Amino acid sequence: MKLSNESDRVKREVLVRVARALFAGTPETLDRIPLQMRPKGQPFSRCCVYRDRAALRYRIMAALGFREEDETDELKPLAAYAAEVPARSRNPEPFISILAEGCSACLESQTTVTNLCRSCLARPCAVNCPKQAVHVKNGRAEIDRSKCVNCGVCAKACSFHAIVQVPLACADACPADAVGKTADGRVAIDHAACVRCGRCQAACPFGAIMTCSQMADVILKLKSGRNVIALPAPALAGIFPNDPRKINGALRKLGFAAVYEVAAGADETARREARELRERLASGEGFMTTSCCSAWVETVRRRLPELARHLSRTPSPMRLAAEMARADHPDAVLVFIGPCAAKRTEAALGGGPDHVLTAEELGAMLVAADIDVDACDPAPAVRAGSREGLRFAVSGGVASAVAKELPAETPLKPYVINGLSPKMIKLLATFAKTGKAPGPLVEVMCCEGGCAGGPCSFEDPARAAARISAL
Amino acid sequence: MIQLQICQGTTCYVMGAAQLASLAAQLPEDLRAHVQVAGSRCLGLCRDGAFGGAPYVRIDGEVLAAATPDAVIAALRARIQGHGMPSPSRGYHETQQ
Repeated sequence: MKLSNESDRVKREVLVRVARALFAGTPETLDRIPLQMRPKGQPFSRCCVYRDRAALRYRIMAALGFREEDETDELKPLAAYAAEVPARSRNPEPFISILAEGCSACLESQTTVTNLCRSCLARPCAVNCPKQAVHVKNGRAEIDRSKCVNCGVCAKACSFHAIVQVPLACADACPADAVGKTADGRVAIDHAACVRCGRCQAACPFGAIMTCSQMADVILKLKSGRNVIALPAPALAGIFPNDPRKINGALRKLGFAAVYEVAAGADETARREARELRERLASGEGFMTTSCCSAWVETVRRRLPELARHLSRTPSPMRLAAEMARADHPDAVLVFIGPCAAKRTEAALGGGPDHVLTAEELGAMLVAADIDVDACDPAPAVRAGSREGLRFAVSGGVASAVAKELPAETPLKPYVINGLSPKMIKLLATFAKTGKAPGPLVEVMCCEGGCAGGPCSFEDPARAAARISAL
Repeated sequence: MIQLQICQGTTCYVMGAAQLASLAAQLPEDLRAHVQVAGSRCLGLCRDGAFGGAPYVRIDGEVLAAATPDAVIAALRARIQGHGMPSPSRGYHETQQ
């Protein structure tokens, strides 16, 4: 399970410490965090304590919402960055930032012959290679890099497990082929192709890909006494092991003035999307895809523009929930909270919430404020969603919510894409080309399992999904 | 019977207890008959800034900090063999680059 991992722990510890300093109104203590986390004479993770501290400084910058790439003065105190937070009206977009000091310049994803090769008589590696890239030379199998397509057939065929496929975690996780390398082998992201899904940052074993948090903006606005309203995503009900009404209670205790569940927006999305689907089918269109997943919308925009006319024009649950809150409180600060990275980009387009927090960041804020969700009083949401709305967070849930909104005489057989990958993007491209899809409604979720499997979470995706399905 | 209490308070859950939630099913055969696993409300061990030690578990009342599945299993084994509690196994991995 991905959860058991020291890199995630470091990321969360940084978020907790930053949240604590901001809640306490002591930004001058931010510069001490690297020293507190890596004190003199104590064990370290990288080559030395100083490199650990340098990396932690950039993690704190990202936690405050600043990109390492934008740094102009290495001696600028972290407190000075924190002082810039209240005045800024925009958060960085793209929000992904590379921790150059952290990137290990891992090898390209490749299939390699190890010393275990015994140069056997059978040579299943060479015989089964579809590209004739494997030859035995000098008593050992060799792979011709110019021919190898990294399919792994030879590795599976070898009787001695002497051939291994070495992955490149960040690039292999990317659904959009947007992760590449700089000349010195470090990670580079093509922001024009990047669909903002955040998988690379969750996958990197060195924690070298960071996201710029909006947590500092939210904490300072909560402290300023402004009317700040929480829009918790349906997935949160699966990520926390608590009664969802207690999560609302914990949000109130953190200082949010009111809670509008995004599931209520999801109910409205399902109603409107069902109407839109009927109209499109009646006018002779072959199919329509859902549009609630921000990383999927970015995928269409950046990788599959030919599919744009099939993308639903119905606003996402986040946007509709924000509209509900905005109608009641025109001057409030609206904060979406979920396990998604890409919602930051959707929010940056405007018309929705003012800020996006991740589930991990909310968790860190609760830890910093010493709030135990279970001990909170259950609190009602101003707008609460139905069970169908909550199930938007699980793969298949959007399609079934739309199906329920259709009249009984028009049963819907949707086609569900549970997780984007380069292969799935190719498949979707064929739908655009032919104008046909295996179902009239194509539900696309970028994350496997749906939002419950989002990359900015602290829960096992399967358990989060099971919790939501059981509600 | 050894009593294993896994703290499910918010601090422990956020800092990694989610991975301990299915520990009962992951226990090795030889331990299963000797251990009773139960989730627990916040044990209160994370107060006063002690979140760095989360997630916490209690084994027959004794506290194990920075609990991982491996550390908990090792502690259970040590208890069965009568060696008391080992120190937390979580260390910083000195991966040289």
